[in-house]
Amino acid sequence: MTTTSAKRWPFVIPVAVIAALIGAFGKRLLDVNRGDDPHLIPSVLLNTPMPEFDLAPLPGREPGLATRDLKGSVSLVNVWGSWCVACLAEHPTLMALQRENAIPIQGIAWRDSPSASLAWLAQRGDPYARIGQDPKSVAAISLGVTGAPETFVVDATGVIRYKHIGPITPEVWQTTLAPLIAQLKK
Amino acid sequence: MNRLIIATAAILLSTAALAVLPGERLTDPTMEARAREVSQALRCVVCQNETIDDSDAELAKDMRVLVRERISAGDSNEQVVSYMVQRYGDFVLLKPRMTANTMALWFGPFALLIVGAFVVARRLRRPATQVAEAVTLSDAEAREVQAMKDRAS
Repeated sequence: MTTTSAKRWPFVIPVAVIAALIGAFGKRLLDVNRGDDPHLIPSVLLNTPMPEFDLAPLPGREPGLATRDLKGSVSLVNVWGSWCVACLAEHPTLMALQRENAIPIQGIAWRDSPSASLAWLAQRGDPYARIGQDPKSVAAISLGVTGAPETFVVDATGVIRYKHIGPITPEVWQTTLAPLIAQLKK
Repeated sequence: MNRLIIATAAILLSTAALAVLPGERLTDPTMEARAREVSQALRCVVCQNETIDDSDAELAKDMRVLVRERISAGDSNEQVVSYMVQRYGDFVLLKPRMTANTMALWFGPFALLIVGAFVVARRLRRPATQVAEAVTLSDAEAREVQAMKDRAS
């Protein structure tokens, strides 16, 4: 009997491998189900200085936005567009943050016509300190942006500390951004 | 017949559904060829399973234009690719680089093939050994078998 069981041991290997694969894939599926979106690509720019850009203002709505403007205080850099539905969902939260003077919000008007951006702001309110136009994704690509809205938390030395993909909701602000910003301001 | 030839040629020679718009192309054919090569190695970060060369996404278009700008400015293909990797991470590469993280990806299939070949080789050899074992009984076993036969008869 001992000989037969000794001969069967290699069959344990495929079974174990398949069990391990089922476990690994199953865990991933559960994570995705729980909200770990595979479309969210972790930023490689965390804890690196903001890439260099110098974006023109929207006509009649000065000032524009350049990398050097991000030094001196903790700020949010929000990539948005009037074509972006999720930005519309985020907009009331940004307006509330501006009213409360919570943090300077800098805007990058991404792939948008200046007139459409200006009309959007005129109609719904303008939460931004500065806005730079990025019609050809120059700044967006250098920031590794994959969609709008995306928001970067930049510290007072101009280093990227966090990237939030998707709209900032009051919940995201309270649980994630506000504590991080409070820590960065110390 | 002529029509058939024309239709076949049209199908074979067409670069159907090219996402690269005429206005994006560089006038220098060598540079344009390099831009195509680089674009085919970069993933569209919006659609994720397409190259930026194939994708109609607006961000992919802007990335193609940027690739061409950098090539025109004198960057090598590798410089353009690493420019994108610095911003989007290894994720932007459709062909993963060989790093410590991707070793399993690169060599896993070959390792599995070797393991599989080893298992198959063992299995194929086994029946022969089993027969040999069955034939050669020790003296004690032979006596025992004989004793069983005697008892049975």
